[in-house]
Parts: sequence; C-alpha cells; structure tokens
Amino acid sequence: MSPETTPAILCRGLRKSFGAVRAVNGIDLEIPRGECFGLLGPNGAGKTTTIEILEGLTARDGGDVEILGRRWESDPRAIRRRIGVSLQESRTTEKLTVFETLRLFRSFYDDGIDPEEAMRFLSLEEKRNTWVMKLSGGQRQRLAVACALVGDPEVLFLDEPTTGLDPQSRLQLWDRVQALKDRGKTILLTTHYMEEAERLCARVAIMDHGEIIAEGTPPELIGRLHASNILEFSSEPVIEETDVKAIAGAREARARDSRWLVSVDSLVTAIPSLFPILERKNAKLVTLSTHRATLEDVFVTLTGRELRDE
Amino acid sequence: MSEPRPKDAKPHPPTPVAPPLLELTRIRILAFFREPGAVFWVFVFPILMGLALGFAFREKPPEKLAVGVRTGALPPPVLAAVSRDPDLAVQEFAGEAEARRALTFGKIALLVEPGTPLRYRYDPTRPEARTARLALDHAVQRAAGAPEPMPAQSELVREKGSRYIDFLLPGILGLNLMGTGMWGIGFSVLTSRIKKTLKLLAATPMSKRDYLLSHLLGRSVFLAFEVPFILLFGVLVFKVPIRGSIPALAALCVLGAFTFAGIGLLTTARAQTLEAGSGLMNLVMIPMWLLSGSFFSADRFPKAIQPFIQALPLTALNNALRAVMLEGKSLASNAGEMAILAAWGIVTFVVALKIFRWQ
Repeated sequence: MSPETTPAILCRGLRKSFGAVRAVNGIDLEIPRGECFGLLGPNGAGKTTTIEILEGLTARDGGDVEILGRRWESDPRAIRRRIGVSLQESRTTEKLTVFETLRLFRSFYDDGIDPEEAMRFLSLEEKRNTWVMKLSGGQRQRLAVACALVGDPEVLFLDEPTTGLDPQSRLQLWDRVQALKDRGKTILLTTHYMEEAERLCARVAIMDHGEIIAEGTPPELIGRLHASNILEFSSEPVIEETDVKAIAGAREARARDSRWLVSVDSLVTAIPSLFPILERKNAKLVTLSTHRATLEDVFVTLTGRELRDE
Repeated sequence: MSEPRPKDAKPHPPTPVAPPLLELTRIRILAFFREPGAVFWVFVFPILMGLALGFAFREKPPEKLAVGVRTGALPPPVLAAVSRDPDLAVQEFAGEAEARRALTFGKIALLVEPGTPLRYRYDPTRPEARTARLALDHAVQRAAGAPEPMPAQSELVREKGSRYIDFLLPGILGLNLMGTGMWGIGFSVLTSRIKKTLKLLAATPMSKRDYLLSHLLGRSVFLAFEVPFILLFGVLVFKVPIRGSIPALAALCVLGAFTFAGIGLLTTARAQTLEAGSGLMNLVMIPMWLLSGSFFSADRFPKAIQPFIQALPLTALNNALRAVMLEGKSLASNAGEMAILAAWGIVTFVVALKIFRWQ
C-alpha cells in the first residue's frame, strides 16, 4: 500500500498492562484518513492508555501500530511531524502568554500554520498576551488544541478535550472540532460524553475494561438495541421488574435511582400498556418521559452499568 | 486552514519563528524573569548572605582580652600599668563569689587572685584564656620591673585581599552558580514533568537534546546578570580585589554554570514529585555546601577525604575562582580544575539525556 492510501491509524492486538492491571487487552482499530473516530468509555476503560500508545508516548506490551503507514519503531520523527496531540490534563508553562506558547510549539515543526492563525481559529486572539495561568478552563483547552494544530498535522489526537468544561465552552470546542473535520483532518478523540461522540464522530468504539465491546457508527450502535426509544418513569410505590417487563415491546429495563428506564420498540404501544400495569399494582405514576436511545443507553445495555458511575 | 475572517480583522504579518533551540531558550528566560521567587534566590539571596557574612567578619581592631583582678591582688602601681596595656581589658572585683561567677560565664578569661605567689585562675582549654595568661603575666612582670633580655618590637601587617570577605566572595559566587543552576533547572524540569508539559513536548517533533541544551543556554544568559551583580557588590561594598583577568573569570563562570546545569538535569532526570526531586537536589548540594570550601578552606578536612573533596565540582570551581580573583592566576594554571568541571558537566549531561523521563 502506498503511504497515501494506508489508514491514518491502524492497530492490531494492542496490549498493555500496568502491574497486574490489564489496561488495554487486545484492541484493533482501523481509522481511514479524514475520519473523526471516537473512543468512548467510562474512566479507567483504557482509552487514555490506548491513545497514548498510538501517540507514541507509552510503550506497548504487544500488538502492532501504524500511523499514516509508518511505525513508531522505525520512523518516530516522521510520525511526530504529522500528528498533533492534546493530552488530558497537561499544562503548558504557566507564565508564558498564549502567543509565546504557540510560537514555541510552532518552532518544532518545519511546516505549519502561523500562531496568529491558530489563535484566530480557536478564538484566542483576545487572550494573545495573557499568561496561561490566567486562562479559563475552556481557553486552556482551546490553547491545547491550538498547540496540537500549529504543526498543521494530518492526524489529531484529542484526549478528553471537553472534560470538566462548562456547556458553553464544550459547544465552542465541538464547533472547532467540526470545522477541523470539514477540513479533512483525521481525528481520534476519547470522551466519556456519549453526546460528544454522537455529535462529532463518524464512527465510535465503546471501550470497557481494556476491550472494545462495540464499534460502528452511532446510528448503527443505537440500532443494535433493536429498540430505539427509551421510556422513563417513576411510580409510588416503585413497581417490580417483572411488571416493568410486561410493558408492550419492552426489551431492556434498568433502574436508575427510583426510576425505571425501559427500551421499547414503539412508544405508541408501550405507553398505553403502562397504565393498566400501574393500576393493577395500586401504584401512582409520578414522572413519565421518553427519549430517543443514545450511545449512553447502548453502553448501559452492553455492560449493565452506568457510564458516569465510575 | 483559513477560516473566513470577519471584515474588520486585520491581516497580520507572518510571525517570525526562530529555530527550536532558540525558542526554547527564549521561553526559559521569559519564564525565569516572571518568577519573583527565582529572581530572589538568584540575585537577592547571595547579596544578603554576603552582607551578613561580610559584616559579621568585617575589619575591626583586635579584640582586647578581658581579665579580672581581685581587689588587692596586685599592688596599685602594677594594676595601673596592667590596665594601660592595649591588649588587656582589666576589671576589678571586690568579692570572690562575684569574680568566680564572671570567670564561669566567660565574661573574663582569667582571674588574678591575691596571694604569694600570685594565682592566675583560668580554664586552659579556652584558647583566649591561655593568651590572657601570657599577656597578663608579661604585663605584670614588666610593671614589677622585670628586665627584658631580648627587646622586641611588633610590626603589624594588614594585607588587602587576605581578609575573610576576600576569601568568602569567590565562595559565594561558586555557591550561587551551583544553587541557581541546580534549583533553577531542577524546579523548571520538575514542574514541567508534574504538569505533563514534558509529556506534551515529547509528543512533538522537538529534539530532546534541544530541550536539555536550552536549559544550559538559558543559564548562560542569567549568568550575564547574576555574576556581575555579585562581583560589583563585592568590589564596591567590600573592596574585594579582582586580580586576574575578567575574561578568565567569565570563562570560569560559564563553565561552572554549564557544569551545574548538567548536574541539575541529571539530578532531576527521573524524579516524579517535587518532594523527591528537592530531596535529591539537597542530597547533591549539601555535601558541597559543607565540604567544598565556600565558607572556610576545604584543606581543614582530614587528609583521607581530600581526594573526594578535591574531585567535587564546587571545590574545583571555588579553587579556580579564588586563584583567578585573589591570586591573579591565568586559566591555564587552572587547567586541572577546569578539566574536573568539564568532566562533570559533560558526563552528567549525556547521562541525563539518556535517562531523562518525559512523563
């Protein structure tokens, strides 16, 4: 295969243990050029270890990695020149300005974009001469992305780019990632926000305990639930699972706090069937809501656990 | 990657970007001067230390020896003559208990008690007591009319450049080159590692050698501020002589700074926490603080450990700085010391580059 047609990111049988803990346990990924791919999973699923192996920062115990058709063992500098990395919780020097920081990162690359351009792209012009320590969380994160961009990389690795950000900052960053996608960059991002993955990623892999438990486009994964609607209700008293399963077209039922979340084929048949059940149990309906199934529901269905519990 | 620009956005001139080594050095200098703590330790601390020590050991007339005389122990004419002796400060005591207490507490070095023969009461383990015994007895005997079979005269000499502050200033300079090199680089490396800045840099095509070299270059820039500052202070405030050539002195300072930059990089090459790193730096520096002759001559330590002391980089630096500043020696005559410094610098730098932990 010529370098231009090889996948942007390719790995086979990736393994990594820290002591007795198997952080990554046989991961295969193939991400074509120009795709935005999401690694999803709860904290501790092995997302960061996986992405850092791909970034050449963590040594793997086993498996193969190719970035843009090149291998870390033989061609590390060539790969580093073509990728941009934003790490989870990394900080650049506190008492440098945004501009100084970007100029420094720009100097590491033979070709790239002007620091001014990177600042404008991430709406940091007003913070040009502000010390990094004075930036808000969202601004810091945008600076981190700007640092990853000044080398005009072909592949961009974003590890939890929006974790800890307020909703507005998150939307702003999503908008920028969308703009990068439109420019044809290959992006691998990790997140534990399913909404983020659904919005940004063409394909996602859901990770749990160091393994990929599902992979596909978000609609595909949601479609695999066979029930794309979620009926959510609470009653007084709370009714038993066997009763919940009696709802028409119910596939899965799970309890969250005092509510039941039931995936159903069709809301139109499910909702009317709920009332006789409640009546039989002498239970009063307290809340009732519905939503389209999300990747979050996929995760819960696959693992029996909530994403954010961990 | 050009985003449609708002209408009022002015096009900017392209940003000039220097090679990575220079950019890294530039940010190192910027970050240093923006850190008030670092500026204090590099500039203010050595001056304060020099002031304190300089004044503690400033030139003053030789101290008089305090002696006590019990009333009636010496005949009045002898007591009067002894009291005029420039080396003695005579105090008279009426009561025995009071006089003995003054002796016990060291207010007087020696007590003359009445009796025939005279009784000198003193503690021979106190050096000034033995001097007082000699000086007082001499004064007493002369006042009593003892002949001087061999008359002698004292000629007092005070050599400039042989005062304690003259000895001290090159030592402070050496200490400062070590301290600022180690702490300046050590803290920067440790905080960068803890905040994962190093990891982020490691993910770029930045050359790792450039990163470490930028610390060395940064140091040589701070030197240009730090060394003249300390030297000027010594020359202006304490009139410390600089007998050797300024270029030779400058060369030694640069070499010393590089050496300790290398040692600082190696010391913090692996540490993962500030505590571990600071502990290691103290472990490296404290022996040199004590042994390397910054405050007093390293020759005072036992012969058995001299080879070790002489091989320490700070000893070599202090010796060379003193040779150039106080004795006016050339660099060539300090080739041995310079070789020791260079060896430490190169070996530590190369090892640091090999084992440096980027995350």
